[in-house]
Amino acid sequence: MAPINDLFGKKLSVINIGAPVFKDDLAAQNVSVVQLDWRPPAGGRPELIAALDVLRDRAATDEANAVAVAAILDARPVLTDVALTALEAIPGMTPTTILHAGPPVAWEAMAGPMRGAVIGALIYEGLAADEQEAGRLAASGRITFAPCHEYGAVGPMAGIVSASMPVWVVENKTAGNRSFCTLNEGLGKVLRYGAFSAEVIDRLRWMRDELAPALKAALARTGGIDLRTMIAQALHMGDECHNRNKAGTSLFIRAIAPALAQTGAAPEVMARVLAFMHSNDHFFLNLSMPAAKAALDAAHGIEGASVVTTMCRNGVEFGIRVSGCPGNAWFTGPAQQVQGLLFPGFTAADANPDIGDSAITETYGIGGFAMGGAPAIVQFVGGTVGDALEYTTKMYEITLAENPSYTIPNLNFRGTPTAIDLRRVAATGLLPVINTGMAHREPGIGQVGAGIVRPPRECFDKALLALAKRVDM
Amino acid sequence: MTVHVEVRKNTYYDSVTLMALTQKMAALPGVAEAVAVMATPMNKDLLAGVGLLTAEADACGADDLVVAIRADSDAACEAAVALFAGAAARQSGDKKTAAGFVSLNTAVRHLPDANLAIISVPGEYAAREARDALRHGLNVMLFSDNVSLADEIELKTTAHEKGLLVMGPDCGTAIVNGVALCFANAVRRGNIGIVGASGTGTQEVTVHIDRLGGGISQVLGTGGRDLGEAVGGVMMLDCLEALSKDADTAVIVLISKPPATAVADKIVAAVKTCPKPVVVCFLGGASAVRAEKAYFAATLEEAAGAAVALAKGEQPASPACRHEKLATMAAVARAKLAPGQKTVRGLFCGGTLCQEAARTAPGEGNIFIDLGDDAYTRGKPHPMLEPSLRLPHLLDAARDPAVAVILLDIVLGYGAHPDPAGVTAPAIAEAREIARAAGRHIEIIAYVCGTDADPQGKAGQEGKLAAAGATLAKSNVRAAWLAAAVVTREV
Repeated sequence: MAPINDLFGKKLSVINIGAPVFKDDLAAQNVSVVQLDWRPPAGGRPELIAALDVLRDRAATDEANAVAVAAILDARPVLTDVALTALEAIPGMTPTTILHAGPPVAWEAMAGPMRGAVIGALIYEGLAADEQEAGRLAASGRITFAPCHEYGAVGPMAGIVSASMPVWVVENKTAGNRSFCTLNEGLGKVLRYGAFSAEVIDRLRWMRDELAPALKAALARTGGIDLRTMIAQALHMGDECHNRNKAGTSLFIRAIAPALAQTGAAPEVMARVLAFMHSNDHFFLNLSMPAAKAALDAAHGIEGASVVTTMCRNGVEFGIRVSGCPGNAWFTGPAQQVQGLLFPGFTAADANPDIGDSAITETYGIGGFAMGGAPAIVQFVGGTVGDALEYTTKMYEITLAENPSYTIPNLNFRGTPTAIDLRRVAATGLLPVINTGMAHREPGIGQVGAGIVRPPRECFDKALLALAKRVDM
Repeated sequence: MTVHVEVRKNTYYDSVTLMALTQKMAALPGVAEAVAVMATPMNKDLLAGVGLLTAEADACGADDLVVAIRADSDAACEAAVALFAGAAARQSGDKKTAAGFVSLNTAVRHLPDANLAIISVPGEYAAREARDALRHGLNVMLFSDNVSLADEIELKTTAHEKGLLVMGPDCGTAIVNGVALCFANAVRRGNIGIVGASGTGTQEVTVHIDRLGGGISQVLGTGGRDLGEAVGGVMMLDCLEALSKDADTAVIVLISKPPATAVADKIVAAVKTCPKPVVVCFLGGASAVRAEKAYFAATLEEAAGAAVALAKGEQPASPACRHEKLATMAAVARAKLAPGQKTVRGLFCGGTLCQEAARTAPGEGNIFIDLGDDAYTRGKPHPMLEPSLRLPHLLDAARDPAVAVILLDIVLGYGAHPDPAGVTAPAIAEAREIARAAGRHIEIIAYVCGTDADPQGKAGQEGKLAAAGATLAKSNVRAAWLAAAVVTREV
C-alpha cells in the first residue's frame, strides 16, 4: 500500500499555517485543527534566513547542542566559600581592576548608574577620596574595566566587583568550574543601583569586615550548600529566583543559621548578620546568579553549538554569548527600556535602560522563564496569573530542554524551559522574557522600579550570522 | 485630502486578514485609498505606488505592519483607523485563545497525531514551511502560490520518497476523508476519487458528480504545474497510484490542462496499468474519444457524467448533446438584442471555468477574463473571497454596445465568500438597467458552482441571481454554450 493511503480513512489532524479562515472552515467541519501563530522567519530578512538554513538541519549542531544541554542540566552548583576579597578569589583580578555587568563598555560610554557604582567602588577601595577624584581616576586609563562574565563572575544591576569586595564562591561539582558574585547589599540606596553616598560605602565596609567573615566561618561548617536543590525548592515556594527571592533567602537563612550559631560569633554579630539577610528579600539573588553562571560556563565554547550561554546588559547595550562562538565573542544591541512598575515619585523618564548580569537566571531557565511558578511577579507589568503561565509556556518555543531539577507545580511539574536555541529565537521571532529591576538614569540615586524586558533582536541576528559563518567555513 | 500612515512594529497578520480589513476600510465613505500590509519589499513598492510610503514605513521589515489611509477628511481617516484597530484587536484576541504555537516544531511535539499541514503563508516563505512539515512526516497542502519551480520539484521529490502528499503549490481544492480543504464544496461521499491539477475545474466535477447522484472518496490536488515537463506529473502519478490502491475508490478522474507530451505518455502508461476505470479530462486536449482503459472527457460536466456511470457499473453515455432547450432559450434572448450587440463578455472567478467557457464559446470580440489571475489580484483578495471586485467589470460590460451576453460564475463552498450572489445581484440589476436606458437588452447568464449542502446553499444563491434578472445555467459548459448560441445563432 502506498503510504499516501495511510492518510485515507484516518481522522484528519491539521496544522494550519497561514490564513485563519481555513482553520475556521475546518473547525466548522469538526476537524481537529491548530492554528500556528506564524510570522516570517528571522523577520523576513534573506541573509538571516540563509544563516538559519545553514544551521537548522545541521547534525553537528544538534550533537553539539546535546552536549551543551547536558552540561547545563547536569551542572551541580554548590556554594563552597566566601572569599574575603575578590582579589584572592577571581583569577586575573588586580587591585585596579573593576568588573562590571554586561558586555564590554568604556568608562566614557557607561550609563549613569554604572558610573555611580564605579565611583562608589573607587571610594570604597580607598583609591579615591570623593566623587570628583574617582571620576578623574576612572577616566585616567589606570583602571582596568572588564565584564564580570569574562572573569567567571556575575553582578546584578551595575554589577561592580572591585578587589577588596568579598565574593561568594560557587563550584560546579560536575564540571569543576567556579563562579563568583558579590554579596547582596540590600534594597534602596545601594551600589549596584549606582548609589555611592557614605551610607552605601559604610555598608560595604561592614559587609567586608563583619558579614563576610561570619558567613565564611559558618559556611565552612556546612560542607557547602547545594544551590541546585535550594533553587528547586524556592521555585516550588513561589520564587522565580530573579525578581522574587523571598523563599530562596528564607531557605538560605534556615540552612546557614545553625552553622552560624556554632561559629561562636558574638550574639550581637550574629543578630546583625541574620537581621541583614532577613531584611533583604533579594539576598539569595547573588546566589542564584552565580549558580546559573557556573552551569552555563560549563556549556560555553562547544564548537557548533547554538545554545545561548550568556545574556547580560551594561545599561547601554545588551550582549549575548553563544556556546559555539568560543571565548568572549559578544553580540550586542541597544539596551531596552524596562516595562513595569515605578516606585512613587518616579516616571519612566527616570529609568535607565536595561542593566545587569541578572539575565543569567533566564539564560539558565529560571527567572522570567519560570514565571509560571511565580505569578506574583507578573503584577509588575499589570498581568494576570494566566499571563505568567503564558510567559513560561512561550519560552518552550525557543528552548531545547526542560530542566528536570526545576519544575513548576502549576504546569503539572513540567521542567522549566532551558537552553535557549539561537536558531529558534531567529526562526520564531520570539525573544526571551526577562524579569528585572530598574535603576535611575543618574548616578547616585538608586532603584526606581521593576518590570519585564526583552533583549534587542539584533543580538540574536548577529550571533546567528556569526555562528553560521563559523560552521560554514 | 488627508493622509494617515501608522506603523506597528512586530505585529504580524496574514495577508488574507489584512486584505479583508483593507476592503472594509476602503468601503467607508470618504476613504480614497486604504492599505494595510506587512512591510515586505513588494508591499512597500505597492505603498510607494499609491504615494503612501513614508520614511518610517520604508524603514520597516516583513513583520512590521503598516496601515495607510488617504481620505477626504480627518473624520473619514479616523473612522478607517478605528475600524482597523477594532477588527485587528479582535483578531489578536482570537489568537490568544488559540493554542498559540509559534513554530511547527512545538506544534507537532504537542500534537503527535497531526497528519496534514495547510500552508498559505506568502510564497517566499512557503517552501521552507513545507519542507519543515515534510520533515515532521506531515502531508502538505500548499495553498501558497509564487513558490519557485525548483522548490516545487524538490518538495515533490522529497514527498515522493517519503510517500507523503504535496498538494500544490497553488493548490486550492481538496477533499480528504470527506473534509473539504481550503476551497471545496460540500459533496456526497462515494466511490469516485479525483486527482486535479485545477482548482475550480475540480470543484465543477465534484458538484456534478453530487448532482448526478454519485459521491466522492477522495479529492487530491496537485497544483497547476504538476503535469508540466519540469515537475513531470510526479504528484498526479503518486495520487493515481494511491487511489488505485484505495479500497473505497472504484473510479478515478484526472483533471488537468493538457500535459507536456512526455508527461502525457507517463500518465497514459499509468492509466493502462491501473486496475480501475479512469476518466481523463485534459481541458482543451483530446476530445470525447474512448481510449483503451481510459475515458477521455471533453468537458468537466462530461467527466462527471462518465465517472458516475462507471461508478454504477454502466458504460458512459455519449456526451450530452446541445440541448434543444438551450436553443429555445437562446432564441428568446436573441430576439431582444439591439443591432450591433454581438459579443460575449465572460467575467470569471474560477480560472478553469474561465478557460472552459472561452474554449466553448470562441468568437470574434468575445472576451473572457479570469479575475482570479495574478494580474487582477496583486495586493487584492481573490474574487472568490471578495466577489465585489467583479462588479465594476460587470457594469463596464453593460455600457459596451457590442456586448450581448455577460457570462458569470458564482463559486460556492468552504473558503468562498458567504454570499457571492447577494453581493452580485444588485449589480446585475443595475447592468440590465444601464443597457435598457441605452435601448439595449443585456443577457446575463450565470452559473452557480455549488451544492445545496454548501455553506451558502445553491438554491438560495440561484434565487437571488434569478430575481435580479440573470438566466441560470445548469453547468459551466452549458452557460458557455448558451452564450455562444445567443450571439452566433447556433447551438
